[in-house]
Formats: sequence, C-alpha cells, structure tokens
Amino acid sequence: MSDIAIEVKDLTRKFGNFTAVDHVTFQVKAGEVFGFLGANGAGKTTAFRMLIGLLQPTGGSARVAGFDVAKQAEEVKRRIGYMSQRFSLYEDLTPRENIRLYGGIYGLTLAQIRERADAMLQRLGASQIADTAVRSLPLGWRQKLAFSVALVHQPHIVFLDEPTSGVDPITRRQFWELIYDAASRGTTVLVTTHYMDEAEYCDRISIMVAGRIAAMGPPADLKREHNVESIDELFVQLARPAA
Amino acid sequence: MRQIFFLAQAEVLHIVRDRILLAQTLIVPMVQLLVLSNAATFEIRNTPIQIIDFDRSAASRGVVNHLAANGYFDIVDTTPSLARANERLLDGSITMAVVIPHDFEVSLVKTGVAPVELSVNGEKGSSAGIVQSYATSVLINYAKSLSAGRVLSDPASRPAQIEIRTRSRYNATQNYKFYMVPGILVALMTIIGSLLSAQNIAREKELGTLEQLNVTPITRGQFIIAKLLPFWVLGLIELALGLLIGKLVFGIPMVGSIPLLFGVAAVYLAVAVGIGLWVSAMVETQQQAMFVTFFIVNIYLLMSGLFTPIDSMAPWVQSVTLVNPVRHFVTISRAILMKGAGPAEIAQPFLILLGTAVFVLIVAVNQYRKRAA
Amino acid sequence: MSALRGLLRKEWFHIKRDRRTATVLVMLPVVQVLLFGYAIRTDVDNVRLAVVDPAPSNTTLALRNRFAAAGVFRIVASVPRTEDLEPLFQNGTAQQAIVFDHDFTEDLGRGTPAQLLIITDATEPNTGALLQAYAQAVIQQYQLALPASPARPASIIVPVTRIRFNPTRESKNLFVPGLMAFVLTIISALMTAISLTREKETGTMEALLVSPLRPWEIIVGKVTPYLAIGFASVLLVLVEARLVFNVPVRGSIPLLLFEGLLYVLVSLAFGMLISSRTSSQRIAMMGVFLTTLLPNILLSGFIFPLESMPAILRWISYVIPGRWFVAIARGIMLKGIGLEYLWRETLYIAGLATVLLAASIRSFHERLE
Repeated sequence: MSDIAIEVKDLTRKFGNFTAVDHVTFQVKAGEVFGFLGANGAGKTTAFRMLIGLLQPTGGSARVAGFDVAKQAEEVKRRIGYMSQRFSLYEDLTPRENIRLYGGIYGLTLAQIRERADAMLQRLGASQIADTAVRSLPLGWRQKLAFSVALVHQPHIVFLDEPTSGVDPITRRQFWELIYDAASRGTTVLVTTHYMDEAEYCDRISIMVAGRIAAMGPPADLKREHNVESIDELFVQLARPAA
Repeated sequence: MRQIFFLAQAEVLHIVRDRILLAQTLIVPMVQLLVLSNAATFEIRNTPIQIIDFDRSAASRGVVNHLAANGYFDIVDTTPSLARANERLLDGSITMAVVIPHDFEVSLVKTGVAPVELSVNGEKGSSAGIVQSYATSVLINYAKSLSAGRVLSDPASRPAQIEIRTRSRYNATQNYKFYMVPGILVALMTIIGSLLSAQNIAREKELGTLEQLNVTPITRGQFIIAKLLPFWVLGLIELALGLLIGKLVFGIPMVGSIPLLFGVAAVYLAVAVGIGLWVSAMVETQQQAMFVTFFIVNIYLLMSGLFTPIDSMAPWVQSVTLVNPVRHFVTISRAILMKGAGPAEIAQPFLILLGTAVFVLIVAVNQYRKRAA
Repeated sequence: MSALRGLLRKEWFHIKRDRRTATVLVMLPVVQVLLFGYAIRTDVDNVRLAVVDPAPSNTTLALRNRFAAAGVFRIVASVPRTEDLEPLFQNGTAQQAIVFDHDFTEDLGRGTPAQLLIITDATEPNTGALLQAYAQAVIQQYQLALPASPARPASIIVPVTRIRFNPTRESKNLFVPGLMAFVLTIISALMTAISLTREKETGTMEALLVSPLRPWEIIVGKVTPYLAIGFASVLLVLVEARLVFNVPVRGSIPLLLFEGLLYVLVSLAFGMLISSRTSSQRIAMMGVFLTTLLPNILLSGFIFPLESMPAILRWISYVIPGRWFVAIARGIMLKGIGLEYLWRETLYIAGLATVLLAASIRSFHERLE
C-alpha cells in the first residue's frame, strides 16, 4: 500500500435531477489530518457517506485504504473507523460494554479488547466512569468515548462527521488533542466541521460549495492565495455566491 | 461467528437493562396466560333462561324440573308472559325462552306428541347452538323417561335398533382450557417475538446507532442472526414458563414429547422473529413498523385456528392460512400435547415451517441494506 | 382558542402531507374486516369423516351413503381396523370416525342392538360436541327409515326452535360487528399512542408544553384529527358489513354512527393515557398491544360468550371498552334496538371516555410541574 490513504476521482452522486456531489477529486496522504468544510447542503456529508460505504456513488471512483468503495465496501470498512454527527453509542450500555461490542464486531479477541479498553479509558481519564451507563454522561464525555470507540480496531483512517458540534470550547480543545494523538500514531483523519478555528488545526482543508471543491490546500497557503485574514473570511467569500 | 456473539450479547443487555420492557415481555404475558385462559370457553353453565308455562300441568312441571336439574340452565324468570320474554331477549338478560303451550299435557297423552317452543337468542353465537342442542337433549330424555314409565305394548314389535356409543378423543373431559392454554401461549410468544423484532432495527435507524454498525465490516447474515438470537431465546423461555404454568396451574395434558415440541418451536420462532426483522429492515420508522406488524399479527392470530376453527373458514381463506406459520405451529403444538403425535404425524406442517424459516431468513438478510443504492 | 386552532391546523397538515399514512390508517380496518369476515366463523360443515367397516354390506353402505348425502360430512378415508384411525386423527386427516361392529349387519337383521361407535376429535370441545350431535342425528334418521317398523317411543316432545335475531345462524352476522370493535380499538389506540410518544422522543412535545397551550388543548388538538380518521373507518366498515357481508342493520344508522364515534374516542383516549405514561415508542407500542389485542379478542364477548366465563373475568371485562361496543353494535344491527335498551352501555362508554381523557390531561399537568 502506498502512502496515499484516500484517492478520489470525479466522485459524483445524483439524487434524481439534483447533483449533491459533482465530480469531486482529491487525495489524502497517510497520517494527514484533512478537514472537510462546507455550508449545510454543500455535499460534504454525501461525499463522506460514499467514502465510508454507506452510499453508492453514481459516478467517478474513490479508493479508501487501497480499496474501491463502489465494489469493495466491506474491505474498506475493515480498515476505517467512523464517528457520526449524531451520537451513536448505545446509551443503555456502559463505555466498557460499548468498547467490547465494537471491538468484538471488528474481530478482536477478548484479551485484546480488555487491554485496549483499559488503555483507552486510562488515556481519557475515564476509568471511574467506565461502568456508568452512557446515558448519564455529559455530552463532552460521550463524544470523546465515541471517538475512542471508533479507534478501537486501530483503523488506517478515521472519519469524523462534525464530532465537536454542541461541545464546549474546553472539551473541543481536548478532542483535538485526541485527534493529533491518533494522527501522530499514523492514523489518517478526515474531519468535517462548522468551526472555522478548527479548520486551522488541519494539515489540509477542502471547502465544498454546491457539490464541488472550491478551494483545497494547507490553511496557511489558502489564506495567502486568497488574501484573507482567516479561514472564516475565506469560507464566507467562497460560500456567498452559492447562498 | 464471534461478531454474532458480541452483537447478540449487547442485544441481551438492551433487553435486560430496560425494566419495563422486561416486565412487558416476561411477566405480563404470563399473567395474561393465567387470566385469559379462563376466558376462552364455549362451555355452557348457568345459562339464564325464562320459562313460559301456559299449561301448568304435571307434564309441564316435569319439563321445568328437568331443565332446572341438569346444571346447564338457570331459570331466572317464570312469568307466563310472551311480551316479557321478548323484552328479556332484547335486553339480553336471558339466552333462551322456553314456551310450553296450553294443551301440552293433553296432547302428549292423547297423541303421544307435543310441541315445546325454544326461542334462542341468536346474538349469543355459538353458545346459542349449544344451548339449543342441550335443551333438545333434555327434552328428549324427559320424553324417554315418560315412555319408560309406560308398559310397552308388545315386545315383538320392537323396532330394529342401532345402539350408538360415542367416544370423545383427546379431550375426554371436554376441558376448554386444555385446548386454549397452548393456543394462547403460542399467541403470546408470537406477539412478543414479532413486535420486539419489528421495532428493533427501525429503532436503531431512528437512534442513529444502525449507521455506526453499517460502517463496520459485520456481514448482513451475521447481523440478522445476532438480532434474531436473543428474541429466539426469549421466545423459548416464554414457552418453557408457559408450559410450566399450563402444567402446574391448569393441568394441561402433555401426551407427546416435550423435546419434540421445543424442536418445532425453535424453527417456528425463527419464522416469527425473522418476519419481524424483515419488516424492521424494510421500514424507516418505528411507527411504520408498528402498523405493518399490527396487520401481520392480526392475520397471524385470527387466521390461525387459535380461536375459531380453520375448518369453518371460507374455502379461499383456508388456502390462505396455509402460509400462516402460526396455523402450523398451533396445529403441531395441539397435536403433540393433546394427541401425542410424533414426528411422522407432524411432518407435513413441520416441513412447511422449516421451508418458511429458510425463506424468511433469506429475505430478511436481503432486505437489510448496509448501503443506500 | 386561536392557539388551539393553530395546533389543530398543524396536526391536520401532518396528516394531509403524509396522505399515504392517512389512507393506510383508514383502510387498515376495512381490509382487516374484509379478510377476517371470511375467516372468523364457527359454522361447522365439511366434516372430515373416516369409516371403519370390517364387514361391508348393503346395510353399512346405505348408512355410509346417508352420511355422504347429509351435506355436512365428507368421507376422507375408509380403513379396516380401529387402530388405523390413530394417525388419521393425529395428523388431522380425520375429525370424526364411525366404526361399524363386525356383526353390525347381522345384529340389525336379527333385531339385537347393532353396535356402532362414533369417535370424535374433541380437542376443541365445542366443535367436538356439535360433530357428535350431527352424527347421531344422521344415524337416528336412518333408524327411523328402517323398513322393520317405525321406531317410535311412546311419547315424543317436539322442540320447535326459533333462533331470534339471526335466524339463519350465520356466524358472520355475529362476528362482523364484533370485528368492527376489535379492529377499531387497536388501530385507534395505536394511532394516538405512537403519535404522542414520537413527539416526546423527537423533542417536539417539549415545544408544545412550553407553548401557551393548555394541556386539554393539546389533547383535543391531538385527538381530533385521529377522531376524523377513525370515524372515516367506521363509515367504511359499516358500508362493507352491509354490502359485502349482507349483515343486516335493523336499528338506527345515525345512532350506530354516533356510538362508533364515541367508541373510537374511548380507544384514542386509551392510547393517549398509555403514551402520557411512557417515554419510548417501544414501551408504548408493547403496552398497547398487550393491553388491547388478546383482551379484546378474549374478554369482549366477540368470540367467546361472556356468560361462560368465571365471575372474576366477567368483572374484568367491564373495563374492556370492546365488550360494550360489541353489545351495542350487535344490538343495533341484529336486534334493531335503540337507546331504550342500550343506554347503560352508551353511558358506560361515555363515562370511560371522560375518565380516560381526564386522566391523560392530568398526567400532562404532572409533566408540567
């Protein structure tokens, strides 16, 4: 496998007459933190869902972790982790039980699961809540746990769909530390967000407008090219014509 | 295989953690079995009747005494008024009015033949028929006892006679509970199994947890089996509990092999739960799941021969019931428990169940999509 | 009041937008009554009869022909020995068997009582008893027609039977009105139970609760559209009962419609109460199914006569609204009676509706505090 984690070429998705994702092309290198920006309805969630094998593309191609998402979706799924914008752990189970469930589904042994669960909970400083039902935990904790669960099988690539929406600034900062931590251990991270300050934390970002990629590159380069102060400004500039 | 174990384990936790759900699935059905089994009966006891005796003779009193003595009837009114009887039939306070005409005794003595009118409240359905046949047999017996009292004229002219003996098989004491307890048990197992499974996947769709499972490499077959297993086990537990209650409380007969019954139940539950999962994979919301299941469960129960005999249904409906798994399981469980049927006797319905199970599971697996088209 | 009008309009839009669901809700009872009208019957015919005739003769054949000609029986098997009957009974091929004694013909000729055994599958005792009576009647008629001499006991009482209100004794006349009650209860209770818990789960209920709407207004707003749907079902089901099943409607149709409306209201209110006490759709649905499905089949008098039940169950049946509506529907349709006989049932249903609505309004109050 090369050092290209994701390779997308002319990826397209139509819903009837509406083209949600329109010939999108980009690459993500292994170990990169890649930000996916766009207004609501710009097509980033649709693109995301195709990359993780939840939605069949109608055109173009995408290879994730070396496999074609259109034809080898199950092979892709073995190698990726995913955390959705909706909270998706089981609320009536404890963190440890959630880890155990997903660890088991990804084929880890009981010993591996126990070992990783302990390590994870320790790293999060969550050992004391390991056996409390997820339902009664604050949102910040839940999101950090969901992220850890998405990493339980040590995937090549992890997809985070608005992981920090509705989370307080301090927890957001902690969350990004977790992301960097994962990236430093070689995991490629794809993240969508509405927080422009978070965009600055990414190695590279792409901004989607009306189903197409309007800008892509390291945040600093983009600001220079477009002659703007912040990504926020750039975003408004690009998104306005569409809105 | 390991994936199935972990997912099924989580599923068990979902059920066990929810106290209300647990009570609804285990305790409520058993209470219903205990209570409702007493309701399902056509046995006639203490049927309220009115006697309108216009004759007031020794013979007519004999009729009244015979009707009063046999325990089926409860004479609530003896007012000799047809208007009153009509009134009572209309307001439902009597099921039958017995009218003995004026010249009853005279006619009986002179011609040997005398009429009695039975007005039965047809609104009472099956019991109307039974009440009528009971009353008729009481009258015939009374007539016989009158005849026996007389000297038979000439023994030589006695007609050739057929002596009829009757034998009721499998339920000699005519205990309706023996018949209904296994039926209600099957109904409860079916309701619980298909409802829980039908809302299951739809619920995960609404909560968003299904999407998380869909990005894992779990296969569709593993997913369906893992979802099926906990409800399947739950159904078997209910069967065991229900049979225990049936045995201890109602004393239902268990003539045939219990392991055989459980073997068939295992296949049957795969069908019932499988259909629920199929529905659940098909619909988007729990609401849709419920209405579809409501429709299916109703057909399951009312067209299964549980409450009314299959043989009485319109011919085309009888053919339709052949695809109703409940019909076959009800037939089999009654055959095993009451008649002591063995594998050979239940082979045909069992094979239908087995075929349905395979079919339903294949369809359920295919219906479940990990990816939108 | 204008807030209530707004809520009503909103509910109505929900239903109108989702036209398919509304159609399904109205049609579900119609389709089910159609289906079950043909299924829920207790008429006994086409009895599967097996014959054991060890020494066939003209006499036994004549009697067998009597059975075949009676219209009720269908001879499905003829086996030489009684033991051979067992598998036929066990797999359901035969429901009943007549067993001729080996010497049947000779005994009958000689004038000694000829032995004949009737074996009946009485797994279901009611059908069993009926089958036995039918078979005995056939044999008795044969006996009367025997050439030797008319078999006449010295005294005969002839019962002249009139079956009132349903002279043809067709079970559809009884079960179709019962089915109406059964199907309408469950669908109505489910509609409101699901609609309310769904709003709770999605959080829109919170929005309603913090609005200036008062609890009773929320309830009215929620119930009214479904009441309309339920009433549409009542109308269609009645038309169906009349046209498809030819069930007579001897009493007043407006009264029947009014009672139907009242009954739908009770069922809706019941669904409301369940949903106001539960927080998840799953629990609400299980609750509705468990409390309506079997109790309405078994305790409403729809299939099983209430008179036959133990006293405790008759008491329990008082809280089953279906019980009262079954009596009302049968009363109006078959007996042609009106409020002068049915005021008690009507009053009861109205009372139950009031209690249930009041209770659900109350539990909304509790949520507010």
